[in-house]
Amino acid sequence: MALLELRNVIRRFGDFTAVNNVSLSIEAGEFFTLLGPSGCGKTTLLRMMAGFDVPDSGQILLDGQDIANTPPEKRPIHTVFQSYALFPHMTVANNVAFPLKMAGVASAEIEKRVEKALEEVQLSRFAHRFPHELSGGQKQRVAFARGLINRPRLLLMDEPLGALDAKLREDMQRELINLQKEVGITFVFVTHSQDEALALSQRIAVMNLGQIEQIGEPSVIYGHPTNRFIADFIGKINLIAARITQVSDKTMTLEINQLGTTTLPLKQDIKSGDQGVIAIRPEQVAVHALAKQVEIPHAYTGKVLDFLYVGDVTTYVIELDSGIRIEALLANSSPGRARFFEVNDPVIVSWPQEAIQFLLDQP
Amino acid sequence: MKRTNLTLWLAAGLVYIFLYVPLVIVVIYSFNDSRLNAEWVGFTLDWYYKLFNNQEMLLAARNSLIIAVSASLLATLLGTMAGLAIHRYRIRVLPFLVFAPIAMPEILLGVSLLLFFLQILNLTLGLVSIIIAHTTFCVGFVAIIVRARLQGMDDSIFEAARDLGATPWQTFRLITLPLIMPAVVAGALMSFTLSIDDFVITFFTKGIGEPILPIQIYTMIKIAVTPEINAISTLFMLLTLLLIIIANRLDSGILQEGKKS
Repeated sequence: MALLELRNVIRRFGDFTAVNNVSLSIEAGEFFTLLGPSGCGKTTLLRMMAGFDVPDSGQILLDGQDIANTPPEKRPIHTVFQSYALFPHMTVANNVAFPLKMAGVASAEIEKRVEKALEEVQLSRFAHRFPHELSGGQKQRVAFARGLINRPRLLLMDEPLGALDAKLREDMQRELINLQKEVGITFVFVTHSQDEALALSQRIAVMNLGQIEQIGEPSVIYGHPTNRFIADFIGKINLIAARITQVSDKTMTLEINQLGTTTLPLKQDIKSGDQGVIAIRPEQVAVHALAKQVEIPHAYTGKVLDFLYVGDVTTYVIELDSGIRIEALLANSSPGRARFFEVNDPVIVSWPQEAIQFLLDQP
Repeated sequence: MKRTNLTLWLAAGLVYIFLYVPLVIVVIYSFNDSRLNAEWVGFTLDWYYKLFNNQEMLLAARNSLIIAVSASLLATLLGTMAGLAIHRYRIRVLPFLVFAPIAMPEILLGVSLLLFFLQILNLTLGLVSIIIAHTTFCVGFVAIIVRARLQGMDDSIFEAARDLGATPWQTFRLITLPLIMPAVVAGALMSFTLSIDDFVITFFTKGIGEPILPIQIYTMIKIAVTPEINAISTLFMLLTLLLIIIANRLDSGILQEGKKS
């Protein structure tokens, strides 16, 4: 049985449906992420898991028990808030001790456990400081220590890394993965950052307009997005209009806008005449100097329109002769790369067949 | 540049002179050894001595203190609750209902309360009616201060408390109340100062034969401005000043903490 299961959960605010018929199940010990743009309903879903909000219909099952109407203090579920929500009038030690006090743990025991918890997050020296005397990273570690001290079944996190600067965020991401492995508690993480979701999660649920678009492992979500929204939202991607012209037992033939035809293995539910896009990740696109003159299948000539050098990689925008623009991501360490391309350099662009994904236009 | 600065200082100086010179004169003449408020004769504490032997005046002071303490306690209790409610339940009409008495002309409030007490409640006018009247106009001030404090705070703090196992009552006792305490105390002090020197509403809602300080002072002035009035005014001023300083301290404490978090 899944640890937490949502069945047909709906939540409306007036005319607006924030969460529209969401069903999902989260296994014990999992690092699960709800990913989506702001306003997609991910935070509302998290608040219903925590008990701050009640679904209009549907069930929220914890170990098979419906907890949709159980108040937050009665759920073995804790939350780490984006703002950390530390109690400003209490010391670090008292903040961390709070859940134990509420649970009626003996004070000698509380002292011992708080000491140990602060040691684990390297904050023993700060036990008697107040939250406003801590840095952002320290506050966050206190919030995690407080959320985990009485071993909840589930730890919910609402964009907890959002307020940290980039460098610290990466460190915290690593710490978070290790923390989750150590404590073995199920984490449910909410974020709008696809990088964070891909880096941290064992499974990701991509949300849009109150619904779940796709649930899967990060590599599946990134490599095989099931629709145009996901392809566009997760990472950068080239989208070119295409139409299915022919379908056989095992293959489908596409006519790509201005770029000729290609044949790919047949995908489910595709029929002749279907409209959609082909999606190709920028890092799958190869760029060659025109002078090379090698025979490459599915190669197109064009010129460099623009590029962005960011150190480890360079992103090129290339305009093909047909007028279509393609983004290509080239690692600056790639072997055989003799030189950078400059604006207006003539180039040949190609991609392997298996990099092409056909995605249907959404109705 | 220099010139505007000078004009500015001059204007500001004049404002403060008009504000404070009359007060300073009252204080000075309360120590003047003369019946007349005309010239300085010599230092004396006679007027204070006389004041503390004036039974009527002492009774008025006692009544005023009873009213101010009761009304400010009641207003603090109700106002805190109102402030919390306005913050939590976003009902549009609620803030209007609570804050309206602040903006209402006192004379209007006084007349309507008088009619309400006499014609609807059939209440005998006395200390109780004054306490109720004062409470009504103080509630709004407490509510405003408490709500301002809550608005400056992160609401997820209260959710976090529930999330970590606190019942609604525990959340209030352990988190909400300690955090809004400076605002509650500031509201109480403000109510006290508003109540103790209120004239208009007190005048309408007071009974016969129970002297109330501001009205007692007014009655004495009608006969003659004696140095005794200067003395009571000085004491009065001192008390108000003290409360304002305390309230101000608490208030700036609120601002400081707001900046930190």
